[in-house]
Amino acid sequence: MNNPFCLTDKQILVTGASSGIGKAIAISCSQFGAKVIITGRNKERIKETFSLLEGEGHSFVLADLTIEDEREKLVEQLPDLDGIVQNAGVGSRVLCKNITQMDLDYILKPNLEAPILLQSELLRQKKIKKGASILFMASRAAIVPSVGNAVYSASKGAIIGYAKCLGLELAPRKIRVNCICPAMIWTDIVAKGGITEDDLRESESRYPLKRYGKPEDIANLAVYLLSDASEWMTGSCIDITGGGEGTLI
Amino acid sequence: MNLDDFISGFAEQFEDTDSSEITAETKFQELDEWSSLTALGVIALAKTEYGKAITGPEIRSCDTVEDLFNLIVAK
Repeated sequence: MNNPFCLTDKQILVTGASSGIGKAIAISCSQFGAKVIITGRNKERIKETFSLLEGEGHSFVLADLTIEDEREKLVEQLPDLDGIVQNAGVGSRVLCKNITQMDLDYILKPNLEAPILLQSELLRQKKIKKGASILFMASRAAIVPSVGNAVYSASKGAIIGYAKCLGLELAPRKIRVNCICPAMIWTDIVAKGGITEDDLRESESRYPLKRYGKPEDIANLAVYLLSDASEWMTGSCIDITGGGEGTLI
Repeated sequence: MNLDDFISGFAEQFEDTDSSEITAETKFQELDEWSSLTALGVIALAKTEYGKAITGPEIRSCDTVEDLFNLIVAK
């Protein structure tokens, strides 16, 4: 039986694969049969993810996607893609009254500008196959406010708006674009800006399923969205929350 | 402005239409892949490559690729 949930021989690019959600997605894609191209900024960590990929035919590219030259070089090396996971991103917590240009650049360049400009480059160089699936890692933070999270929330709200327009423009080629909106997931970026592990544990206990998400929880949804099983899905934002809202404070 | 360069830039706007199908005489609005999206691509091409502003209705008034070239030249 042909299993539509498999990713057999699909070529899938995963950005920000050196840790957290991106790492889990890359590993899961390889387990479901995909040929994965992973990118990240840290050589040691991207090599570690690479060593955990199952099967053959994977590759890794060191690239800082906020730099135009590095985006172009990455795209030139890529095969034609069946799937793209625009996952790379950063977090921080700054109160609105304290936001500076530097805070904006720190968040918006990797979370908003880089994925949009990488996407343009992929389209210009015609690297996306008909029927491909594109995912953007958004966040519940796009909808749900939390103290100190204004710039991050803005970056994720903006990427959702962008992704919906992209989906419309690529629909004639049956290329699908969807966003994943996780609530709190245990990754390096949650414990930033004065938030302690105790704060996080206390918040986690209020989730109906009594835990924050694991990167693997998100990876399972990503595999579905990248597979042919979801071929009628585009322009969607899928919440994945353990029943929690995604707020911390 | 050179017609051959324009034709190759115009052909770049298509994903599935082979560039050999596109010549000065091609009636571009009859191409299967022609759509409002491609028209937006042509507007961007006129602006970025030639510094000229053209509109959707102006593009629709053109018959062949060469007509389109002449429209941009005349701007």
